[in-house]
Amino acid sequence: MIRVVLPQHLRTLARVGDEVAIDLDGPATLGGVLDALERRYPVLRGTIRDHVTRRRRPFVRFYACEEDYSHHPADTMLPDAVVNGDEPFLVVGAMAGG
Amino acid sequence: MAGVRLLVGTRKGAFVLTSDGTRRNWDVSGPHFGGWEVYHLKGSPADPDRIYASQSSGWFGQVVQRSDDGGRTWEAVGNAFVYDGVPGTHQWYDGTPHPWEFKRVWHFEPSPTDPDTVYAGVEDAALFRTTDGGRTWHELPGLRGHGSGAHWAPGAGGLCLHTILIDPADANRMFVAISAAGAFRTDDGGASWKAINRGLRSEGIPDPDAEVGHCVHRIALHPSRPDVLFMQKHWDVMRSDDGGDTWHEVSGNLPTDFGFVIDVHAHEPETIYVVPIRSDSEHYPPDGRLRVYRSRTGGHEWEPLGKGLPQQHCYVNVLREAMAVDRLDPCGVYFGTTGGQVYGSSDAGDSWTAIVRDLPPVVSVEAQTLP
Repeated sequence: MIRVVLPQHLRTLARVGDEVAIDLDGPATLGGVLDALERRYPVLRGTIRDHVTRRRRPFVRFYACEEDYSHHPADTMLPDAVVNGDEPFLVVGAMAGG
Repeated sequence: MAGVRLLVGTRKGAFVLTSDGTRRNWDVSGPHFGGWEVYHLKGSPADPDRIYASQSSGWFGQVVQRSDDGGRTWEAVGNAFVYDGVPGTHQWYDGTPHPWEFKRVWHFEPSPTDPDTVYAGVEDAALFRTTDGGRTWHELPGLRGHGSGAHWAPGAGGLCLHTILIDPADANRMFVAISAAGAFRTDDGGASWKAINRGLRSEGIPDPDAEVGHCVHRIALHPSRPDVLFMQKHWDVMRSDDGGDTWHEVSGNLPTDFGFVIDVHAHEPETIYVVPIRSDSEHYPPDGRLRVYRSRTGGHEWEPLGKGLPQQHCYVNVLREAMAVDRLDPCGVYFGTTGGQVYGSSDAGDSWTAIVRDLPPVVSVEAQTLP
């Protein structure tokens, strides 16, 4: 079980609280978590990654254990602390604009 | 008693303003989708409680919201707008080819007869349609496949398809407008399109009379006379009496013929409204006086309407989607400003009152006349 923290606008959109718990079928990769998140909450499709290219939207960031995973490939393994549920995987709206 | 519902899209959410037929007291609900840009909301003529809203943000992209209860509750529906086939390129600001990339929905136009069928005008300019109430969207590729598509270039606001008009007498005939490509018409339900820009003249493009490349800001028609079109171009107010095949200028005595909105009185097909804006580099009313101009002669002769509107120190803009009329008698006219005001007139423009004053910048206003 992986804990995912979403930015406020996506919590509102998905009608969830501060944190969601995601069960993975396969390896705990960056792409695997996002796939599972979108399966569980289809309304998030297209809001974190582009529908067609599957690339991260430019103003969205991925953090875990104080590391920036935003530029890592989809098959990057997430740290054990995230896989174990000790630390959350953070989806962050970049600081920009007003 | 009949009533009016205004659907107001702003830079930071949507608002629903409701009144009875007197149009004196308004109930305000919102913000819906607070913090998101809402470019447009529009209700189905076949089921006024069915409303579609375009919610978007620079962070999280496009979301489409649908209400089945007149805007009280909302459900997010499909937001995948995928261009048909290999998207190809259009022209970028610097003249180089640029791949078509979906950015947002500018306009929803629900079918007059089927609440589940809606057309969507998007940026980068293309026309999409849903027939399942917004769950899935499919491009009508004939428009972007028009031979000129590779030469379309964005205006300052992006390469956006912002106006969709369905001929009330013939659902196979539609008009669309794209900044900065121009106006197009289909006579076969969207399979093929014809550029309808003859008579337009734009000084800002290399060939002022080009077939495409004109920055059309808005077109409007009266349902009883779908061959008569009115256009607010970047500069120039134009009119066509032949379904867009040819246009002629009707700016007449306007103080400036730059502007964004244009609309037609609900019961008088020759009565039209614009809001003159000082210039393309100064997007506010001339002399700091906010005035709607009305022509009762289908153009050429215009009268200023400023009663109830600020007549000094006013430097707001009125964007292209931000004017609408209701179908009551006398006709109600409404418009929203980038200063967050929504003004309404229940006497066809003779006098105005501010319905709300302090919303976020208003992007769009639609009026629904309720039974």
